[in-house]
Amino acid sequence: MMDTQTLTLAVAEAAFVAPGLRRITLVAADGARLPPAAPGAHVTLALPGETRILRNSYTLVGADPCAGYTMIVRRSERSRGGSRHIHEVLQVGDVIEATMPHTLFALHSQAKKHLLIGGGIGITPLLAFVAHLRARGGLFELHQIAGAGEACVFETLLAPRAGERIHVHAGRTGLDLVALLAAQPLGTHVYTCGPAGLMDAVDATAAALGWPRSHVHREDFGAAGGEPFMLRLAASGIEIAVAGDQTMLEAIEAAGVDTPSLCRGGACGVCIVPVREGTPEHRDHFLSEGERARGCHVMPCVSRSKSPVLVLDL
Amino acid sequence: MATVFKPDETFRDDYRYGNSDSAILRFPFPFGEDGYMYGVNIEPHSRPGSSGAFAVAFDVDEHYVSECAERATALALEPGRCLVLPHMREAEWDTLELIMESLAADYPDQFALERQGDDWTWTNRPLGLHQRFRFGDATTLPHPPFEYIVRQAQGDFTLQDQRDGTLYIDGGIATTPADWSLAFDVGMTFHEWHGPVPLAHQAGVFDRALQYLMRVRYGHPARRLNWTMTINPRLDTSPENYPLWGPDRASLTAQTIGSRLFLRVELQSFFRLPRSNALLFGIRTYLASLDELTRVPKWGRRLHRVMRDLHPDIAEYKGLSRYHDLLVAHLAAYDDGRPTEPGIAPDINVLAG
Repeated sequence: MMDTQTLTLAVAEAAFVAPGLRRITLVAADGARLPPAAPGAHVTLALPGETRILRNSYTLVGADPCAGYTMIVRRSERSRGGSRHIHEVLQVGDVIEATMPHTLFALHSQAKKHLLIGGGIGITPLLAFVAHLRARGGLFELHQIAGAGEACVFETLLAPRAGERIHVHAGRTGLDLVALLAAQPLGTHVYTCGPAGLMDAVDATAAALGWPRSHVHREDFGAAGGEPFMLRLAASGIEIAVAGDQTMLEAIEAAGVDTPSLCRGGACGVCIVPVREGTPEHRDHFLSEGERARGCHVMPCVSRSKSPVLVLDL
Repeated sequence: MATVFKPDETFRDDYRYGNSDSAILRFPFPFGEDGYMYGVNIEPHSRPGSSGAFAVAFDVDEHYVSECAERATALALEPGRCLVLPHMREAEWDTLELIMESLAADYPDQFALERQGDDWTWTNRPLGLHQRFRFGDATTLPHPPFEYIVRQAQGDFTLQDQRDGTLYIDGGIATTPADWSLAFDVGMTFHEWHGPVPLAHQAGVFDRALQYLMRVRYGHPARRLNWTMTINPRLDTSPENYPLWGPDRASLTAQTIGSRLFLRVELQSFFRLPRSNALLFGIRTYLASLDELTRVPKWGRRLHRVMRDLHPDIAEYKGLSRYHDLLVAHLAAYDDGRPTEPGIAPDINVLAG
């Protein structure tokens, strides 16, 4: 049965492609084939942080079952320790636990043309898109915004081919978003990944020009995990700490409390629990808007807490 | 798993079909309680479940060889039962890989997959197949990749493309459909192809199910059970062939209903496909006659209560109305009024002779 929850990977290659960018290639630690992945897919790596394991998601620039997964990691100044570890500590041969590849940023099968707009390290899914579109002969145009001194790095990564519309702009001012989006043929889809300001600008410009919302795509890793909080179970008096990378349901189960669940994805409603105190952060698809507003119930499989403590009737 | 195949079964014309005792005991009985209503009854297809049919990704049982022969017959009569839109080519290869990998891992005595880069060799011992091919090159297989592999799998499959905040049924094979047509549904959205289902739309079932399915992750498949009833062990109950099987609904009598009426259970499974990001939807049909099912005391009792209290709109939608009274009267004999345990598992380990 295909029930493998995680992958055990080993670092096969690690190299700096620029002072702040490190490219790593991971293969299966046991030498087996890796699952293939769609262009735009990411994996979440478990990396040692200062106080505990950090789970960081990285887009796969390349994903080959035999050659491995390639990702490019920027060293983050605000690093909790994940990117710092990859830049300063990681060596060939190191073993890393990872999730299965998962796709939240996908090419649209009906697009007549793909317009790709990247900013900084947001180029990573676009590199995977370009490789895919080249292999299939898909029509695309790419605009990458690079910070000072990095334009040549991205030129190298993209390795534009003759006849391709690939442009690397030094800074945001080099790109006229209105003119670019206004000039696209009908049936074009735009994909953007980079700083929130850039993605918001693409969204707003497309909306102002009357683009259908369904033709505008942005990288979004989704709301997996969040801030840690405390749970108090009113019936049993048990207090449970919910870690940032743990669901409420997982924490309740880890505390040895038996509670029903089924889909574990916020859809079926089986795990619903009454809330006595505190403010839930609803992430399910089961409760109606009215039920959410009342805040009397929560789906612990996906939802979290806005208040530091959530008291459940359990 | 030492499954003994029954290669001489037929699902049309002379209807030679039956379940062994072990097949009855592992039947995915769909009723976990003494009543039935639509709900989002989806659960992870990774944990061992209460039915033997849940043990592996793609269950291969004693009917495997005969069901593959039935599929070949159906496709020979109507090749259009397998349809895949051009943008789903990658999903075809994903499906081939997933089914081959799963069968080879779960049934190593029966199936084998050897891979050297893109040069693959597939061995299917029950069907006597040995195929070398190049992954990604459809010219190296005798059929297109999706059709090639689903001809070697039990049950129907559809391929869903995920876009525009919904799922589109953009390909599939339907030679064992419970009165739905792939040719009619192909290209529809999730809500469009579920349009005919009564009651569930109003309850928000499809809105919630869609949200769940769009979030199904690679390596984390999901499943649910669905059910209807069929007269005779006929797998191909398609709208296209309604004249061949529809009239059978008027043919049941108190003497024949036990042996001729079959509970038809669909083990529906949902797999995220890795390269295409499409969703593979498996619709695996299990058939057991009332006579077979009522050998399990709990199932006999429960089946009576579920059918007796079934919402008339559901009975109508599932095509049971014409023989519903006969069915309830027949099952009453198996209901002694005693309580039933929750869950779908049988209450006995060995069937009485």
